Amino acid sequence: MATTQLEAAKNVQPTKRSGRSYPVIEGIRRGETPAPVIHETVVSGDPVLSIENFCLYYSAAKALYDVTTQVPRGKVTAIIGPSGCGKSTLLRSVNRLNDLVEGVRITGDMRLNGTSVYGRDVDVIDLRKRLGMVFQKPNPFPMSIFENVVYALRIDGERRRKVLEEACERSLKGAALWDEVKDRLSQSALGLSGGQQQRLCIARAIAAEPEVLLLDEPCSALDPIATLRIEELIHEISDRYTVLIVTHNMQQATRVSDYTMFMYLGRLVEHGTTEDIFQNPRLSETEDYVTGRFG
Amino acid sequence: MSTTADNPTPPAPQARGGRDGLSLIAEGQMMVWLTGGGFVISLTMIVCLVGLIVWKGSTTFWPSPVTQLTLLDGRIFAGEVTRDETYPPRDAEIDALGPEHAPAARATLKEAAGESRRRLLRTGNFDVSGSHFNWVSQFQIKVETKPDWILVVERLSWGRFYGEPARMLIDGVAVAETPESVWNTFREHHNARRDAWRQQVHIERHAIGALNRQLEAARLESRRIEAMHGDGSPQHTAALAGAQSLAESLAPEYAAFQSQIDAIKAEDARFDLVLRTADGTEKSFRLSEIVRIYPANRLDRADKLGIYISRWREFLFDEPREANSEGGVFPAIFGTVTMTLLMSIAVVPFGIMAALYMREYARGGLVISAVRIAVNNLAGVPSIVFGVFGLGFFCYFVGGGIDNLFYKERLPSPTFGTGGIMWASLTLALLTLPVVIVATEEALAAVPRSMREGSYGCGASKWQTIWRIVLPRAMPGIMTGAILAMARGAGEVAPLMLVGAVKLAPELPIDGVSPFIHPERSFMHLGFHIYDLGFQSQNSEAAKPMVFTTTLLLILIIVTLNLAAIWLRARLSRRFRASQF
Repeated sequence: MATTQLEAAKNVQPTKRSGRSYPVIEGIRRGETPAPVIHETVVSGDPVLSIENFCLYYSAAKALYDVTTQVPRGKVTAIIGPSGCGKSTLLRSVNRLNDLVEGVRITGDMRLNGTSVYGRDVDVIDLRKRLGMVFQKPNPFPMSIFENVVYALRIDGERRRKVLEEACERSLKGAALWDEVKDRLSQSALGLSGGQQQRLCIARAIAAEPEVLLLDEPCSALDPIATLRIEELIHEISDRYTVLIVTHNMQQATRVSDYTMFMYLGRLVEHGTTEDIFQNPRLSETEDYVTGRFG
Repeated sequence: MSTTADNPTPPAPQARGGRDGLSLIAEGQMMVWLTGGGFVISLTMIVCLVGLIVWKGSTTFWPSPVTQLTLLDGRIFAGEVTRDETYPPRDAEIDALGPEHAPAARATLKEAAGESRRRLLRTGNFDVSGSHFNWVSQFQIKVETKPDWILVVERLSWGRFYGEPARMLIDGVAVAETPESVWNTFREHHNARRDAWRQQVHIERHAIGALNRQLEAARLESRRIEAMHGDGSPQHTAALAGAQSLAESLAPEYAAFQSQIDAIKAEDARFDLVLRTADGTEKSFRLSEIVRIYPANRLDRADKLGIYISRWREFLFDEPREANSEGGVFPAIFGTVTMTLLMSIAVVPFGIMAALYMREYARGGLVISAVRIAVNNLAGVPSIVFGVFGLGFFCYFVGGGIDNLFYKERLPSPTFGTGGIMWASLTLALLTLPVVIVATEEALAAVPRSMREGSYGCGASKWQTIWRIVLPRAMPGIMTGAILAMARGAGEVAPLMLVGAVKLAPELPIDGVSPFIHPERSFMHLGFHIYDLGFQSQNSEAAKPMVFTTTLLLILIIVTLNLAAIWLRARLSRRFRASQF
C-alpha cells in the first residue's frame, strides 16, 4: 500500500502554498483513488461495522470512492476532513438515510455486526432501528419531551406506560438531561435551549439501545459550553455504545475519539488511532491537515 | 497624514456618488408611495363596501316615523320615507297640477334651478290601494303632517299597513272608539291571540303532519308491495286494506285536532281591529294575523330600541313570510351553516389525502406536475360549471341510482335524484378541493427535512413519519386551507341554484322527525336568499333593505366560522410556537 503512494509521490510537484509535497492529495485531485492507509490497530480489533469497497453516486456525481475500512467495537471513531469530503455522506450511508435522496446509487456494501446493510433482502426500517442518529442541527419533534424520547419505542408499538417511563428516564439520564427536564416531561421539546435539544436528540437516539450511534457534527450549531457538555456526554456513553462521529473540529476529534478517519474528496486517506493520526501520522498530508497547515 | 516618496498614498477610494446622484427608483421612496397607494386604494374599497353593508344592514330594522302628505289633487298618502332625492321634473308633471297651482310651482322650481325634491313613501296597504310605494314631489304637496296615532302594522300577508285606529270589536260589538282605548284594548288581547295562533300552526304542522306521515308510509309500503308482487296480488290487496284501516283508525285523531283548530279559529273570529287609512278607507284585522304593530309617531327611544331588537330576533329565529321579503331567515342560516360544515367534512379529508399522495408518495414526474397544474386550473373554472356537473353527476346519476335501488316506491317523485343539501355540499367540496390541496401541499413542503430525517433515523416507516411528525407539523397550514375553502364555499351561490338551494324550503335538513338527518332535502341558503330578495322579489323596493341585512348576516356567519377555525389553528400551532435557539 505505502509503496504505491510513495511511487505516486515521486511524480508530484510540491504545491506552492506550503512548500511541502502532498503526493496522495495531488493524486486525488487528479481523480485517482489511492488505497487508504489503514493502521494495523484498526483492523486488529473486533469490528462492529466493516465497509467494503463502498462507492456512492448522487445521480452522475460520485461522492464516495471505494471506501474500505472497519469501525472497532465499543470505541469512538471520528471522521474528519475538509468540507464536502463525504464525511456526512459516509455516515448517512450506514443507516441508509441517503436512500431518501433521489438519484442515489451505491456499489459495494457495509456489514453491521456481520449482516449486510445494502443486501437485497435487508429491511431498511429494521436496519435503522438498530442504529441511532443525531443530526447537525437539533431536530426535536413537535411534541412533548417525553414523547420525543420514547418516539422509537412508540413506533415499535410499545404502549405500556411503565416501559415507556423507564426507557425515558434511562435515556434522559444517559444523555445527562434528566435533572434538567424531569419536572417538565410533558412540556414541548421546542421550549428547550439548543444544547438541551441536542442532548434530547441523543437521548432519543439511545432510547432504543442502538448497536452504533451515528453523530453528524452534533455540536456545530451549539455554543462552546453546550459543546463541552455534549463532548463529556459522548465520552460517557462511549462505555456502552460504539460511536461514529463526524466533526469539523480537530480538537473535538482529539478530545472525544479513540480512532480517527481522515477523508479527502470522497476518498478515505488515513485511518488509525486518534493518537497516531494526530501525533504520528504516516502521511504528511494528514499531519499537515490535523495541524491546520492545509485544508 | 504624511506621505513619503517611496510609499505613495494609495488612490482615494472612488466616490460612489451622494444621494443626489441616486435615481428615484434606487432611492426607493417612489416604491413606498406606489405600494402605499395600492394599499390605501384596496383598503378604501373594502372599507367602503363593508361600511355600506354594515350601515344599510343595521339600520333596516330601526323604526322610522310615518309622514302623512296631502296632495294638491286631494290624494292623501301616509307612510315611511324610504328615499329622499332631487330631480328635474318634466313640464307635463307641473302642468298636471292644474292652472291654479302650476305657476307657483314653476316659480319655486326656477329658484331651485329646475330641481325639485321628491320622496319615496312606503305607503303599504297593498290590499286596499294596489301599490306598496309612491313617489311624491315637493310641488305636489299641500299639507305635510305627522299624525299622532298612526299605526304601522306588520301582518302575515299583503305587506305593511298604515292606518289610524278606528274601533275595536268584540263579538261584533264596538268596545272602544277612541284611538287610545282601541290601542289599550288591542294590547290586552293581542298576545293571547298570537299564542293561540302559534299553537294552531304547531298542531297543523307537527301533530297533523305526523298523522300524514303515517298515512304516507302506509301508501308507500303498499306501492312497494305492488312493485314486488304485482297489482291485485293478495299481498297488495292486504297492504291496501291495511292502509285503508290505518286511515280509518287515524280519523278520530284527525277530527280531534281539527276541532282544536276550529276552536282557536272561532275564538279568533270574535276580535276585530278596525283601522282607517289616510284616505278614510276602513279595514278590519284578525288579531292573530298581526305580527307587530306600533304607533310610529309616539315612540320614544326605548320603544324604538325594543322594536329594533324584536325585529332582529324575528329575523334570526323565525321563518320567512311574504315571499321572503319579511319575517326571518332562520332556515337560510341553518341551511348555510349545515351545508358549509358538511362541505368541510367532505373536502378536508379528501384534500389532505390527495395532497399527501402528490407530495409524499408520488415520484415527482411529468404526470404529477400535470396533475398539479390541472388542480390549480380547477380553481379557475366558473363555479356554475361545477353546479352543472353536480346536477348531472350527483343529482341525476348518483341520486337517480340511489332512488332506483332504494326508493323505487316513491318514483316518479325523486328522493335523492334531485337537488339536496348533500349533493350541494359535495358539489361545493369539489369546487373548493383545489384550495385545500394547494394549501396542504404548501404546508407539507414547509415541514423541515431535518424532522423527517430525524424520524426516519429512529426507524420510523414512511407512514409513521407522515402520521406522527409531518401531519401534526403541517396542520396549521392545512387549517388555513380549510378556512379559505370554508369562506369560499359559504359565499358561493351559482352552483347551489342547480343542486339544492331553493327559495323556500318547508322543512329543515335536520329536524326531530326520524331519521333526524335528511341529506336529500333541499335547503335555503343565505347567498341564494340575497339573490332571491334582490332580483326575484315582487316587492323589490321593500326587499332591498333586507338584501343588505341578509348580506351583513352572511358576512357575520362567515366571520364566525372563520374565527372558530382560526381559534382551532391557534390551538394546534401553539405546540410549535416555542421553537427557538
